[in-house]
Amino acid sequence: MAPEFLLLLGLPLAGGLALALFGHWARAAELNVAFSTLTFFAAVALVARVVAGGPLMAAGEQFFIDPLNVFLVALTAFVAMTTALFSRPYMRIERDHGRVSAAGMRLYHSMYQLFTLAMLVVLTTNNLGIMWVAMEAATLTTVLLVALYRTHASLEAAWKYFILCGVGIAQALLGTILVYFAAEKILGAGVGSLLWTHLDEVKDQLEPTVMSIAFVFLLVGYGTKVGLVPLHNWLPDAHAEGPTPISAVLSGLLLNVALYSLIRFKVITDGALERPFASQLLMGFGLASVAVAAFFLSRQRDVKRMFAYSSIEHMGLITFAFGMGGPVASFGGLLHMTVHSLTKSAIFFAVGHAAQKAGTQVMADIRGLLRVNPTVGWGLMLGTAAILGMPPFGVFASEFLILTTAIAQQPWATPILLVSLGIAFASIFGKVQPMVFGETNARRLPHPPALVPVFAHLAIVLCLGLYMPPYLADWYRQAARLIG
Amino acid sequence: MLQHYGPQLINLFAAVLLLLSFAMLTQRRIMSLINLFAAQGLVLCLSTALVAWLTGQTHLYGSAALTLALKVVALPWILHMLIRRLNVKWDVETLINIPTMMLVGIVLVILAFNLALPISQLAGTVTRSTLGIALASVLLSFLMMITRSKAVPQVIGFLSMENGLFFAATGAVYGMPMVVELGVALDVLVGALILGIFMFQIRERFDSVDTRHLEKLKEH
Repeated sequence: MAPEFLLLLGLPLAGGLALALFGHWARAAELNVAFSTLTFFAAVALVARVVAGGPLMAAGEQFFIDPLNVFLVALTAFVAMTTALFSRPYMRIERDHGRVSAAGMRLYHSMYQLFTLAMLVVLTTNNLGIMWVAMEAATLTTVLLVALYRTHASLEAAWKYFILCGVGIAQALLGTILVYFAAEKILGAGVGSLLWTHLDEVKDQLEPTVMSIAFVFLLVGYGTKVGLVPLHNWLPDAHAEGPTPISAVLSGLLLNVALYSLIRFKVITDGALERPFASQLLMGFGLASVAVAAFFLSRQRDVKRMFAYSSIEHMGLITFAFGMGGPVASFGGLLHMTVHSLTKSAIFFAVGHAAQKAGTQVMADIRGLLRVNPTVGWGLMLGTAAILGMPPFGVFASEFLILTTAIAQQPWATPILLVSLGIAFASIFGKVQPMVFGETNARRLPHPPALVPVFAHLAIVLCLGLYMPPYLADWYRQAARLIG
Repeated sequence: MLQHYGPQLINLFAAVLLLLSFAMLTQRRIMSLINLFAAQGLVLCLSTALVAWLTGQTHLYGSAALTLALKVVALPWILHMLIRRLNVKWDVETLINIPTMMLVGIVLVILAFNLALPISQLAGTVTRSTLGIALASVLLSFLMMITRSKAVPQVIGFLSMENGLFFAATGAVYGMPMVVELGVALDVLVGALILGIFMFQIRERFDSVDTRHLEKLKEH
């Protein structure tokens, strides 16, 4: 097994265990950052190895790295690192304000690492059963974090999150059992029939009826975690009520990871069925998510809730792109996954600081961020401009690719997409603008917040919009070819 | 002798499982609900062991043992401890319209059998006729979760849904590979523990474990 790979999974595991013991120490936040940073270095080393030597397998084919998951591994490790950096001062202030107890801090730090581990396992595992187990583990590690503040609303949000995602993921288990059932006919009983690489080789022989039923269950199951309408009810609550670093990783990473599992199954299902059944379902759910989320966006008053709905909208757009398929749309979808993840987590960082300073998440009560703290104000404004798809940010490039493909291949869907994006633009911009530029009589705050992660993320998104390095484009192209 | 009656015995177990699902659907006392859940686990364990013996799939003995340890011993014990500590041991839930719920349940069973038909026709296992029942018990647990307002019964519904899924796996493919089953069992156990912690937090905040308190977050 490649040592980088061992480190990639070993470090967050070790971090989770160590922080379970020492997570309440004064220096625990630095330890958390250290583990996340080392995990990111392991991911970079792994990427370097895959770029040099091609796809690799580990632990007797139980784990694998190919162009599709390697870029998500790098992205996940990167955002996990920057979020750990952001959470260091943020959670310290929460602790000083008495919103979190010492035991809460221990839980928070330990679960943060284990959550990273669960996501990395989902991404790298070749075994579809283990994928399910790790996905459920990702829910379990975050459910207590959503309830960290023990307020009425946070407990309710966590309960909803647990029950809805639990029921959803149970459907995904049924789907996985059915896939195994179809595979067992060809590959025989045993672990081999659950390995994605094996299934991919024989996908055209799999029983179509069973695969189509299986895909419906998988779509409902993993789709709940992606936040696809009408299974999205848990998402705005969990994002709004949990601590902001958790909102950032839930929105920026977990949704991507859930969508990744769905894509893996889509590839196999499309191979087994003659007709584009899976693709059509993805397109339908994606489009519904974009439209419904845009509608709800205009009604929000809580800033984190509003950006949670924006995540539903963007995940819908990505799902729609993968549903259309083809090299351009899949490329656009993958690019959008990257830029959405970076931009949305950056926005949550800025929003977190803004809400912490204002003492509320209600948008009407947050005013004049530019006067209170220009860094936070500009961070939020630029992040909002980026997520709304303003050129020259990368979101513009990916949305452009997706929309042009939609015009060519699915013209009927284009008006719905355009109107939804327009409504989203008007609602979000109209609400963020007074928050940033409005009049306020709040005093300037003495301590400047550490917002390096915000501007680092936005800089990358800007770069991706202006110039994409050829090796990165090549990498996306290979991944898009895998998705088909 | 047993070899001859084996498949019929499996069908019998499946029928008992379905009956237990219906019983859970309408059981109002939390204590009895936990006992029914344990009974369901026991039936599951016995039928898995029987399938293992009939087909010579040795890994199914492992699953049967796992079921016994987890669903007959550990989870009911955790639940019993939980309701004792939460002082909801003798709680009786008011369920409205039990006859309607039964009727909806029957419709769900018919639906499940229809859904399972194309799959069970393809299955080569001796247990294929039980697939419809497995799906039916999944749907019935789902119905139970929707109709309950107390936290503990909702959790039992969730766990019993997992029982149905496990039965489906045994029925369709003689169980999932052992690593996956171990992983699922671990998730279920950790999930139950987390829910336990969680219920204490809910009670601390609301002085009750009624999820009707948890309906404030809505779109305006």
